Amino acid sequence: MSKKALINIAACKGCGFCVDVCPKQALSLSAEFNPAGYNYAVIDEKACIGCGTCYTVCPDYVYTMVEE
Amino acid sequence: MEIVKKTPAKLGTHDLCPGCGHGIVIRLIEEVIEELGQENNQIVIAGVGCVCTATPAMRFDRFQAAHGRAAATAEGVKRVRPDVLVFAYQGDGDAYTIGIAESLNAAYRNENITQFVINNVNFGMTGGQMSWTTLPGQKTMTSVSGRNAELTGLPFHFPEMVAGSKGFHVAYAARGAVIDAKTINQTKRMIRSALEAQLNGEGFSVVEILSPCPTNWHMSPKQCREQITGPIIAEYPLGEFKTRD
Repeated sequence: MSKKALINIAACKGCGFCVDVCPKQALSLSAEFNPAGYNYAVIDEKACIGCGTCYTVCPDYVYTMVEE
Repeated sequence: MEIVKKTPAKLGTHDLCPGCGHGIVIRLIEEVIEELGQENNQIVIAGVGCVCTATPAMRFDRFQAAHGRAAATAEGVKRVRPDVLVFAYQGDGDAYTIGIAESLNAAYRNENITQFVINNVNFGMTGGQMSWTTLPGQKTMTSVSGRNAELTGLPFHFPEMVAGSKGFHVAYAARGAVIDAKTINQTKRMIRSALEAQLNGEGFSVVEILSPCPTNWHMSPKQCREQITGPIIAEYPLGEFKTRD
């Protein structure tokens, strides 16, 4: 059982708040654009520890925390 | 795969600028209301301004007040529906610069409502004009050489005013911020105290939340958070000014 963050790419506006606060530097902004024209957040799933900090700070409801 | 944490069911999407704090605050309010089991028993009275861009995300009963009059409208709703959780959701320009009469009178009469004020030290939606909360020397659309405190007064501190002045007996007054995980969790506890005060019939509760405004401050979201951590918190200290008995 491990917790992970799921990203809804279409909702992301690329503000980078999650990238700044991630304690494991598992997040970065993509070079690609999402349908709304923003560089969206991408996750390194191996580095993610599922702490939920990205969920806490996201203003655009991009993240869902799951346990698998 | 099991979902352990997701956005509250009553929230949809909004069209706010990237890096704006409104989105975080409405999520915190809805998380608290879900935890209190009041999600089908709430009415938001929305002010005018960037709040109007945030309210489409609120998929529950809402009422659009006239500019600055959200506190007065919330009092009316609460008086005819005393069993419903009523909160006014406003910006600083709406609640202080334009609606100070309504906000102060609601606090003075200790009406049993909750007021959330997003303080981004300017009028956001109209393009970044000076409001009562603008810092001295801060450049805005209507103070192009910086705010002149001699001409326009000093920054306005509503929670301290209603918590500390003689004649006011509010239930709860606090100021939070949404700049990192710590302040966001602290703000959530303040929002919970304010809403619990209303549910217990203790009277007026207000939470002011310092929020970044990247578009009108002409800064990146990261620079905005540094701006709040530095000069803005120095002017507007965080904390609870009136705690519940």
